Amino acid sequence: MQRKIVEAEHPREMAIDVMVALQTHYGYLSDGALQEAATLLGMTPVELEELATFYEFIFRGPVGKYVIHVCDGIVCWMNGRQSVNDYLSAKLGIRPGETTPDGLFTLLPVCCIGYCDRSPAMLVNRIAYGPLTPEKIDDILRRLRERAEQPKAG
Amino acid sequence: MDLYPQVLFQNRKPNRIATIDEYRQSGGYEALATVLKKHTPKEVRKLVTDANLLGRGGAGFPCGMKWEAVAENAPHPRYIITNIDEMEPGTFKDRLLVHADPHLIIEGTIIAGYAVSAQKGFLFIRPSYESSARIFERELKIAREAGFLGKNILGSDFSFEIVLHRSGGRYICGEGTAQLNAIEGRRPNPRSKPPFETEKGLWQRPTVLNNVETVANVPHILRHGAEWFKSLARVKTAAGTKLYSASGKVNRPSCWELPMGVRLSEIIEEHAGGLPPGSEYKTCLPGGASTRFLAKEHYNIEMDYAPLKAIGHRLGTGAVIVFDHKTCLVGAALNLMDFFVRESCGWCTPCREALPFIRDLLWRIENGEGREEFVPTLQAMCKHTWKSFCAFAPGATMPVESLLTFFGDEVHEHISQKKCPFKN
Repeated sequence: MQRKIVEAEHPREMAIDVMVALQTHYGYLSDGALQEAATLLGMTPVELEELATFYEFIFRGPVGKYVIHVCDGIVCWMNGRQSVNDYLSAKLGIRPGETTPDGLFTLLPVCCIGYCDRSPAMLVNRIAYGPLTPEKIDDILRRLRERAEQPKAG
Repeated sequence: MDLYPQVLFQNRKPNRIATIDEYRQSGGYEALATVLKKHTPKEVRKLVTDANLLGRGGAGFPCGMKWEAVAENAPHPRYIITNIDEMEPGTFKDRLLVHADPHLIIEGTIIAGYAVSAQKGFLFIRPSYESSARIFERELKIAREAGFLGKNILGSDFSFEIVLHRSGGRYICGEGTAQLNAIEGRRPNPRSKPPFETEKGLWQRPTVLNNVETVANVPHILRHGAEWFKSLARVKTAAGTKLYSASGKVNRPSCWELPMGVRLSEIIEEHAGGLPPGSEYKTCLPGGASTRFLAKEHYNIEMDYAPLKAIGHRLGTGAVIVFDHKTCLVGAALNLMDFFVRESCGWCTPCREALPFIRDLLWRIENGEGREEFVPTLQAMCKHTWKSFCAFAPGATMPVESLLTFFGDEVHEHISQKKCPFKN
């Protein structure tokens, strides 16, 4: 990452990449991680905080290993995004904005993710799934749980 | 069906991208080689201007004119940005284009860079298109190894690099000047114009920003000429093909490359397979969330910038969102306003204050607490947003304003029945 910052024409260009890399490493962008990012980029923590709180995919609080973003765009709204959300909520035992006690899943709403041809859709760690049905959701959750159990996989 | 010439989608395949070899077999990178050998940047700009290529991101600004706005003697370095942010609700054409033929986008960006004598290009991409970003990471490396990027491309004296810029995700980043701030690692509020970005853009240097679909047309225009490009359109006012899509209440939501100016009814019935059984067409948003609900009588409209403009509408992104007779438009407008309220950058007062106010009134109407005097208040608030800093808020109010204009009965029904008539 340091090499990439040096190679960039302007270090600030790398602000998002650096924050995302540290967020991936620590699980979320903690105060310490934000400070570390600021030092790497030669920016003040406040300048970086301005960005961190602005963007939807930077997490300033702890999140689960898998962040599930359920699309609430207009097309998914028409195609039953509410039932997708309710089904996930019931299956995981959490409401939107919460993380499962085992630290595996965080459930969040997200604006139109651009998968309207596969609606209703959701993202899991930025990878899209859709069109969703209860059976497909069960299958996705099962596979993610299996993957989480395998040591050092993925 | 599918008898139309496929240009941007000529290498589209189910479930995989076209490789660089397949792209080259279809004539890919020939335009770049010819341009570098035979054409000056000025000639490239002239050809694109003659072809009447209009920006495909929604605004429809002539691409050649934008390129010409970079002064001959403007300082260096200069930058070019290919916008793949695509956060307009209902729109997904750019993602399909990346997943069909990434090298078309790479070649288009290089030629666009050459046309304005830029040294560097950015591909600006949203986080929910992470799979597209990974495609570019791999394919940019392949293009570099093949000698299409880097120093002295194909032995010419033109050197050019492309950098992939991943966004952190926010709708306002699609606004040109906000995107400049985003790339610079600043809070992406829009900037005031002038100065225009073609004069003072990224790091105060000349910068040209194009939608990815616009850029993808460029290699084809150079290979086949301006007249050929114009002949692709179905109507005289337009040029080229367009990536139209349909989603919502249709049987086969997808995206198709069709002649510019194709009729709305054809998109919905022939390409999207019509509405599901038991559904009747009520209206659509013709080009994403910041366009107006189209009155039913325009079901046969030619989907081009000029005919839509003539009836007070916008083509936007050409992403048709179809609503049937069972879908509540107050609920739909509320969903869209929720989106805009959340995505507003909060920089200027009309946007930051008016949009939540409008949402609140819509929420009350949808939930049986509406009153008749809300209607004129909503109309006035929609007008206020035209005083905002950028085009975000006026776009945001288009669904609400057109709801009141064309589907006022539905609003009044909510108010008089003190409930949403679409819910039991």
